[in-house]
Amino acid sequence: MKLKKGIPVIDQGDRLGFWGGKFGGNFVPETLKKPIEDLEIQFNKLKNDKNFIKERDKYFKNWIGTPTRFIKLDNLTKHVGGAQIWSKVVSDANGGAHKIYNATVHCLLAKRSGKKVIIGDTGAGYAGKMLSMAAKKFGLKCKIFMGAKDIKRQQPNVKAMKKNGADVVPVYSGSQTLVDAVSECMRYWVANCDTTAMCVGSTVGPAIFVRICGWSTSQISRELKVQLINEFGEVPKKLKLYNCVGGGSSSFGFWNEFMDYDKKQVEFIGVEAGGPTKSKRHAAPLTYGSKIGILHGAAQYVNQNGDGQIEETESISAGLDYPGISPLHCFLKDTKRARYTAASDEEALKAYQIVTKYENLRPSLEPSHAFFVALKESKRFSKDTIVIINSCGDAYKDRGILEQKLGKKYVKSN
Amino acid sequence: MLNPISLAFKEAKKEKRPALLTYTVAGDSSKKQSLEILKEISNYADILEVGVPHNTPVADGGQIQTSAYRAIKNGIKMNDIFKIVRDFKKSKNSKPVIFMGYYNMIFQYGENNFLKKCKKSGVNGLIVVDLPWPENKIFSKKCKKNSINFIQLLSPTTSNKRLKSITKDSHDMIYYISMLSTTGGKLKVSPKKILANYNKIKKISPKKNCVIGFGITEKTISNFKNTDGLVVGSQICKEITRSLSNRQNPVINVSKMVNKLRKKIS
Ligand SMILES: Cc1ncc(COP(=O)(O)O)c(C=O)c1O
Repeated sequence: MKLKKGIPVIDQGDRLGFWGGKFGGNFVPETLKKPIEDLEIQFNKLKNDKNFIKERDKYFKNWIGTPTRFIKLDNLTKHVGGAQIWSKVVSDANGGAHKIYNATVHCLLAKRSGKKVIIGDTGAGYAGKMLSMAAKKFGLKCKIFMGAKDIKRQQPNVKAMKKNGADVVPVYSGSQTLVDAVSECMRYWVANCDTTAMCVGSTVGPAIFVRICGWSTSQISRELKVQLINEFGEVPKKLKLYNCVGGGSSSFGFWNEFMDYDKKQVEFIGVEAGGPTKSKRHAAPLTYGSKIGILHGAAQYVNQNGDGQIEETESISAGLDYPGISPLHCFLKDTKRARYTAASDEEALKAYQIVTKYENLRPSLEPSHAFFVALKESKRFSKDTIVIINSCGDAYKDRGILEQKLGKKYVKSN
Repeated sequence: MLNPISLAFKEAKKEKRPALLTYTVAGDSSKKQSLEILKEISNYADILEVGVPHNTPVADGGQIQTSAYRAIKNGIKMNDIFKIVRDFKKSKNSKPVIFMGYYNMIFQYGENNFLKKCKKSGVNGLIVVDLPWPENKIFSKKCKKNSINFIQLLSPTTSNKRLKSITKDSHDMIYYISMLSTTGGKLKVSPKKILANYNKIKKISPKKNCVIGFGITEKTISNFKNTDGLVVGSQICKEITRSLSNRQNPVINVSKMVNKLRKKIS
């Protein structure tokens, strides 16, 4: 299995949509073949269309607010005493997380194809919140599927969705989390694909959704590359990019522009959710060696039992609480371009405490997983090593959980 | 010699009626009970679809999901499902069996192992909901080699060009999904429209037995008497759920329902 240079990773799949010959694909009901093909044709054309790119960039700049900041975390750097620690503050983006890029692009596509309604799944609530924002902006009706457990634990985002006029549909099946929300959203699409567009909230699902999402979030690394050159005059010789990995959209977007660099120069570190220390359930299929299976239309490493039933996961972070992982990351893992590890619930909370103590930055529980590993490893690195963590979400949505786990003082300033 | 599935269609044709296909979930609500249901309804149905329950079903509506989750919760495993079919096939009144499920279950078992086991247990056909054409080309060939019918699905969104390619690659039976819906949806398209699409398929592929499924219930079934076959699933699963919550015997109630369905098309 080999990663090709000079070709975007999203375009390295084969005719049937498989990366490395075995990850991804289109395991979908016959009914969805046609709408998926339509979307493929549309996207393949538009991604090379100058006017479309211009339109995208206009909304990215004026509405989402690009570029997001690239900042040095001086106090943390001093505290840790190793590498230089930096952050790409993607939570600056309109809405407070990277999910806005994919949501905006999907709404632009839906508009052009004449669809009036757009549906989407959400875990942490960001994908849903952003889709509801973009739908409102572009005059589309919006329906969001969300697990009942996640509705309870991510109330601020649920409120935002409703305020934007979206219909939030609670999903009560299975574990009542993201995995069930995605299933229910796909089922709704099966029944309504003639009038309705679907947005998948991460780089998961049938191949076209993986590609559109990866293409959209790549905005993050496009910006970062420019910012690095402005700051250091070049892409640093020792650069390490840390990102949490749920479905894998923020991490893929954070890395994409640097794909062709030697990993000795630009290393990618993906941090999955290990779940509570005491629990055997995790949401870290790449770290803990899960087998390949099919989930939501794509072949991927996924937590499952011997029969092929998908296993429930457990994580303090709703955004990472997913048994599968993007086919793109399976591909990056097996080609050894990226390295994957996990942080537990407790470790993520600890990292959140440290970061908020030393810096004026409040990463949500998802990026707190990445911060934990980055801070731990940075101690060992030389001073000319540049460590960057993608702070891809803001902790406002996690107020309830943080207050319950750490006490009031950690949420006061919200 | 005709394979058992084609034979079942031929027998129904002799009686000038569509074949009746039922769908029940293996292990719903228990291994024993689902076997009893199969034995009872084979008095009236011509072909039995046996659902292989999966916990992330992207094409099933509420009723079938409820049945599937119930079966999984009661501990049903792939090998139990094979055993149910084997036991059923030993009974005096047995009918052809078609597995209906999702590809991950086959993938984890291993395609070759799975087919071997199907053959041994007496499974006659397979419907794999999320393995569409052309992704299913290699696997459907393997099925054919093992004398197992791989049943291709067609839907209202299938283009004419696709329709021709798919029917060309299909075996003796094809399955037309009546409308844009998950299983268990209300019939939202007129029978006339559905039959027009059905006739289009029959014109392209007159020799293959084409069944219609999704939205077929006691209420709607008699609109489709001039077809090769009809599938009823969600209404049966719902009847099992209803019986359980009323503390009645699902075996008796489901059997009554299938008897009625059969009468409506005879
Ligand atoms: C802030 C944040 N980070 C990360 C994730 C995980 O998703 P992904 O791996 O696609 O970035 C989510 C998902 O909801 C999220 O809200």
